[in-house]
Amino acid sequence: MRRRVRRLQGFAFTAPALVLMTVFLVAPMLFTIRLSLDTGRGFQLREFIGLDNFVRLLTRDRLFLDLSDFPPSGAVFNNLLWIFLYVGLCVGLGLLIAVLADRVRYESIVKSIVFLPQAISATAVGVIWLLIYAPNARVGLLNAGLGAVGVDPVSWIGSRDTVNYAIIVAAVWAGTGLAVVVFSAAIKSIPTDIIEAARVDGAGPFQTFRHITLPLISLPVSVITITLIIGVIKVFDIVYIMSRGGPNGASRVIAYSFFEETFQAGKVGYGAAVAVLMVLLIVPIVALNIRRFRAGETVR
Amino acid sequence: MATVTFDHVWKRFGDVVAVNDLSLDIQDEEFLVLVGPSGCGKTTSLRMIAGLEEITEGTLKIGERVVNDVPPKDRDVAMVFQSYALYPHMTVYDNLAFGLKLRKVPKAEIDRRVREAAKTIELSDLLTRKPRQLSGGQRQRVALGRAIVREPAVFLMDEPLSNLDAKLRVQTRAEIARLHQRLKTTIVYVTHDQVEAMTMGTRIAVMNFGLLQQVGTPQRLYEHPVNKFVAGFIGSPSMNFVQVTTGREGDRAVLHDEAFTVPLPDRFREAVGPTTGRSLTLGFRPEHLAIGPVGDNAATVRTNVDVVEFLGNEELLHLRAGHHDLVAVVDARHRVRPGDVLDLGIPFDKVHLFDDETGDSLAEVKAVSAA
Repeated sequence: MRRRVRRLQGFAFTAPALVLMTVFLVAPMLFTIRLSLDTGRGFQLREFIGLDNFVRLLTRDRLFLDLSDFPPSGAVFNNLLWIFLYVGLCVGLGLLIAVLADRVRYESIVKSIVFLPQAISATAVGVIWLLIYAPNARVGLLNAGLGAVGVDPVSWIGSRDTVNYAIIVAAVWAGTGLAVVVFSAAIKSIPTDIIEAARVDGAGPFQTFRHITLPLISLPVSVITITLIIGVIKVFDIVYIMSRGGPNGASRVIAYSFFEETFQAGKVGYGAAVAVLMVLLIVPIVALNIRRFRAGETVR
Repeated sequence: MATVTFDHVWKRFGDVVAVNDLSLDIQDEEFLVLVGPSGCGKTTSLRMIAGLEEITEGTLKIGERVVNDVPPKDRDVAMVFQSYALYPHMTVYDNLAFGLKLRKVPKAEIDRRVREAAKTIELSDLLTRKPRQLSGGQRQRVALGRAIVREPAVFLMDEPLSNLDAKLRVQTRAEIARLHQRLKTTIVYVTHDQVEAMTMGTRIAVMNFGLLQQVGTPQRLYEHPVNKFVAGFIGSPSMNFVQVTTGREGDRAVLHDEAFTVPLPDRFREAVGPTTGRSLTLGFRPEHLAIGPVGDNAATVRTNVDVVEFLGNEELLHLRAGHHDLVAVVDARHRVRPGDVLDLGIPFDKVHLFDDETGDSLAEVKAVSAA
């Protein structure tokens, strides 16, 4: 009897959360999956077309994935570029700044400056960097700099060759602060004795970083890496503000494709297929993140 | 193996003087214990040898080499930290091997030395474990092993026993002493525990407020402390101190106070001088107080027993003599009870006399000036 009451109590406590999750997460997700198997015009289930949307997306939509040329292009490839460059730079620079700042007296000032862009919305970051990249040398800081050394202005956002890199640099500027703060806190949590023991054992600064600091902050490094990857797969706002996926779809990313197909072209079923693919990409990474967290708990 | 020489070494942290003009020669193969209360500068001195603290002024030598500006990795010293400072992500084997790998010692040689050290400190079965899987005592042994395996010129140990329980501490104390006898390496050992200092050190250096107070063998420090601080710090329980005034009783010089009168021992006569009314501190150790009849070479003091602590073969007595609180250690066979009135003998040859203003021992002042 008592066990039954306890079970009911447990259910009662979790019920509100379960209801909210079901209504706002599970049901929309299931509906999206169903939509992805339909033409879905006007957000209605009109005609079941099986996996047609997925087949088209992965084989015939050159703006989504184009493997016919080298290097490949399309939204999926752009997202891969984001993962390697944005995540790599955020983590690499984050580590570098955190380690170097740890050794100076004005560490808090350095960290504050690097962290400041975190407080700015992606829209504002986009606008700031659009001004920096402006082709007109009287407006664009970068082109003004190039002009000063006799180089012609470059259309950073208007060129297929540079647009992705230009947007990624802006995002790195905005995103590195978080990595710096997290890594810096992790470095501070390493007992000084351990670092000193390594120094007495014969380790120089680089060896101490390589053999002691890095392994001891591997958990926050991997968690930040995975969090950034998840963020990158979903990236939309800064691309929308800076390039609208252009020129000619050159800077499209998966989330931008979803937006374009669903809300601009009205192909809701097709857009839903993009969303489902995005979820399928993110789920294993989230699972990996949770596993890493649990592993960290065990170590403690 | 090497000597360590502090030559007028100072260490300042801003306005705070942590080590004040330290001059100390540590001999080759010596086990020197730096002892003193918290904040006395002992750990800072040790860290200066390791290269973990910069020297503000003076010269520090390891062997014949001045090491003021030599980084820790090039000093050929190994250090055991109070917290053990094991690398948590490495196995015991890797913890031991780390220093050798950094020095690019061949793999086979690393393996031989790690296994040999592990055998010495009885860790052979634990080589694949991580530090978190070890008990406090085992971690302590890994920290020791990490130092041994390096075969350094000087071992530095910073309160390595302070995190162990009492039983393990006694056991490990003996192990470290045995290790020193076997390895015959110079060891500089820091502790605030005078029992550790007395039982382990070949010589002891007592520090207070950054100043070196006295260096000598445990016996020397126990029997001839140069000042009241050393006298009170060395020995357990601490020496009893009573403020007395010089005076005369008939034709003999005495030290007196309201509770008791002690004839001035001959050996202090010259240092005390003929003046009467001089304020001095009389010191005598609890274990030198004796119950029962005393001969001509002892003074008697009447005391009331406050508390008795039974220690097995001995009893620790907390006594009142006038307004003084005294401590005595007597044979447990006496079966003293709280409330008893005891006449205790203070042997003349065991008393110490200190200048009230400087705290210096009068006898030692004489000995030093004679030397």
